[in-house]
Amino acid sequence: MSNWKPICPLEDIPPLGARVVQRTTGGDIALFRNADDEVFALHDKCPHKGGPLSQGIVHGRKVTCPLHGWNLSLEDGQAVAPDVGHCGRFEVKVEDGQVWLAV
Amino acid sequence: MKKQKLVLVGNGMAGVRTIEELLKLAPDLYDITVFGAEPHGNYNRILLSPVLAGEMSLPEIMLNDLDWYRDNDITLHAGSKVVKIDRVTRKVIAEDGTEADYDRLLLATGSTPFIPPIPGNDLPGVLGYRDIADTEAMIEAAGKYRHAVVIGAGLLGLEAANGLMLRGMDVTVVHIGEWIMERQLDQAAADMLQASLEAKGMKFLLARHTEALLPARNEDGDMTARVGAVRFKDGMEIPADLVVVAAGIRPNFALAESAGLYCGSGRVRGIHVSDTLQTVTDPRIYAVGECVAHRGIAYGLVAPLFEQGKVCANHLANFGIGRYEGSVTSTKLKVTGIDVFSAGDFSGGADTEEIVLHDRQGGVYKRIVLRNDRIVGSVLYGDTADGAWYFQLMKDAQDIHEIRDHLMFGQNNLGDVGHKGENRAASMPDSAEVCGCNGVCKGTIVKAIKEKGLFTLDEVKKHTKAASSCGSCTGLVEQILASTVGGAYQSVSATDKPVCGCTEHSHKVVREAIVQHHLTSKEAVFERLNWRTPNGCDKCRPAINYYLISSWPHEAQDDPQSRFINERAHANIQKDGTYSVVPRMWGGLTTPAELRAIADAAEKYKVPTVKVTGGQRIDLLGIKKADLPAIWADLNAAGMVSGHAYGKSIRTVKTCVGAEHCRFGTQLAMDMGVKLERMLFDMYAPHKVKLAVSGCPRNCAEAGIKDVGVIGVDSGYELYVGGNGGIKTEVAQFLCKVGSDEEVMEYAGAFLQLYREEGWYLERTVHWLERVGLDYVKRTVVEDADSRQALHARLLFALKDAKDPWQTSREAQAVKQFIPLTVEA
Repeated sequence: MSNWKPICPLEDIPPLGARVVQRTTGGDIALFRNADDEVFALHDKCPHKGGPLSQGIVHGRKVTCPLHGWNLSLEDGQAVAPDVGHCGRFEVKVEDGQVWLAV
Repeated sequence: MKKQKLVLVGNGMAGVRTIEELLKLAPDLYDITVFGAEPHGNYNRILLSPVLAGEMSLPEIMLNDLDWYRDNDITLHAGSKVVKIDRVTRKVIAEDGTEADYDRLLLATGSTPFIPPIPGNDLPGVLGYRDIADTEAMIEAAGKYRHAVVIGAGLLGLEAANGLMLRGMDVTVVHIGEWIMERQLDQAAADMLQASLEAKGMKFLLARHTEALLPARNEDGDMTARVGAVRFKDGMEIPADLVVVAAGIRPNFALAESAGLYCGSGRVRGIHVSDTLQTVTDPRIYAVGECVAHRGIAYGLVAPLFEQGKVCANHLANFGIGRYEGSVTSTKLKVTGIDVFSAGDFSGGADTEEIVLHDRQGGVYKRIVLRNDRIVGSVLYGDTADGAWYFQLMKDAQDIHEIRDHLMFGQNNLGDVGHKGENRAASMPDSAEVCGCNGVCKGTIVKAIKEKGLFTLDEVKKHTKAASSCGSCTGLVEQILASTVGGAYQSVSATDKPVCGCTEHSHKVVREAIVQHHLTSKEAVFERLNWRTPNGCDKCRPAINYYLISSWPHEAQDDPQSRFINERAHANIQKDGTYSVVPRMWGGLTTPAELRAIADAAEKYKVPTVKVTGGQRIDLLGIKKADLPAIWADLNAAGMVSGHAYGKSIRTVKTCVGAEHCRFGTQLAMDMGVKLERMLFDMYAPHKVKLAVSGCPRNCAEAGIKDVGVIGVDSGYELYVGGNGGIKTEVAQFLCKVGSDEEVMEYAGAFLQLYREEGWYLERTVHWLERVGLDYVKRTVVEDADSRQALHARLLFALKDAKDPWQTSREAQAVKQFIPLTVEA
């Protein structure tokens, strides 16, 4: 049973950009919006050296970590080959222009 | 739609690479069948030498194992040799009776070793050195027999001799020529190479013609069924339990010729193909690789074959574009511990001149052959660090007269830190750290190249991270790559290199398109140039954004989401996700009020680190992103603005004390520096730009390593350009002398505007200058007054009404990027 929580209007996430959802435990979550208004949520922590993925450049369904350039898939949090690693992902949905996160 | 049938005859590197390229372009166009005479999948033939030497094993050199064919729905008939092509019914027939129909046929039958027509050349124990079977036979012989003779002292012969020697055999290399590797080396380099090989135990008999191979005799003096000795025309005989013939290769065109395909009648015979790799006889039949003769040349190195494969695949995929125009090749001897590099035509001649560095004691020989101020050939022994660079200059046919006097001493824009100043890849031990940024040692790089079948610098960067950060070690990594795969493989020249994986267009083409077609948005660029991805990637978007705003200032809209985080947030991101804030101190000058404001902000926001920077200002480090707007507001209130410490932009104008105070000063350096910095405020560029003004030739502001360095002299100022104090310390070059402050502003402004308009994203001024030449810049900025004034005017226009980005970020833009969201518990 998912714990859907309302976060923000879709408009508050820049297209091809991200916002950070702060949490007191468990680490921050990066909320991404791509050019097709698809929304994704990953742990805001690159599997390489913990960089904030929310600050990276978004393209297609990928984000590039701003620290050392690793590419992560927004769909499953996996690093793009030949890098190996993954970060946690969260369920997210958009309903009536509002973004909900399952945490 | 019914698939067409493609049949590949020959399961080697050229043919299979063509298939791989084809699958990338048109994976569902053909039903593919492959016939290979050898009973293996496709393997890296180049690495047979390390296998022979005991440095690698056979499974490690497979490029495409049987699973690959299955996974790609390719029918493979391994160990099945095609003996007939029926061009009327369009089918091929193999020795074992297997047949396959084709709509398109690709011949990649490779080459066969040339075996001299002498008596005894068919005795057991006499081998070519071409495939796995040969290599296994040599390894077996090394375990049983003592004496090995290698006929032919070319690349392959020396590698074979080296391998057999490492396996414990007594090896003599026999050669018709006066010196070894005469196709790649001149005599001086060959002598040095021979000396080091002899020091390892190899024996040489040069200028010897082999007359016959004699069978071994047993104790009773009767002939046995195996080779036993080699006899030369002068009567000399030497023992030989194993004879390896490495006297050259010839294209294997017998099958093609029997099918009526034209294979030439002159000196170079091979399957004749056009620039689209179609045979000249039958357009349904293509050919690639060593079996081919293209524009009169048959290639025996891997790089040209891969280039052919790419073009051929393009045509097989029915794209109809792309021509193969021939290749410029380089070679590197794959004998561990020995550095030999050769490229182009080094034979010299009436219209050539040469630059030679010959240090016999030091074991270094470098020879560059020039014609019309262009490199046409190069031979390097012992120090091959610059091989890849000479090769690139040769391929680009670049005019080198400006750099002629330091051509011999190395490339401008490679780093000299991070690898202990080492530049001899072959002599480095495996444990030596090559890439200081990422901690990658030589052994890791070599292992990745061999195990993963890597051929290009980009592949090595991706797989090992070596050379993928600051780039200092690029030259070393290229050497290591060339040593391992036998030659430099660079598929495109620097000018034509695609911006990224999203496109085949180069920076040059993208810039030109934006200007010519008045493009003002990234979407317009993606559409016009047929971008392969819907919104680019982390490499092309920032580049395109820069090109747009610099080509069409006040028209093209800046796209923050296409900027790297530092420029988007107007602060430098640190390793823990906090940021640094650097307020501008014009010309390195400050006031008590400013210092107080900085101190107050440091205390108010509990800034962990306050540091003085090399740029003559103060850095506040460890600030949370959410606090940025507030700290900026406080600094703005004290009259301070962004220092752009984070951008591909103007950074600082450093100054010395100057004539304002200094007893030696000839000019008011601080004043000049502040004027320049104010003129250039908020200027974005292909990369960071740093200036300095010194008040006299003592140059205390270190203007000699700046992008634009201004040095005061009694009668005015000297201007220097293209310096770099970072990755590769580079002294700026003298541009001109001017008399007044206004002229300094005009000349510096014009130079920087030219750089902004014509540099490629991420080129520092030093790289750009090396590419276009100082002469060009002098003509455009110094000699042509109209051009200079127009450039200066364009710069001022672009920077008109420039506002402090800290202020606009707080006020005009939505501050959302700085505010984190929260979620209810």
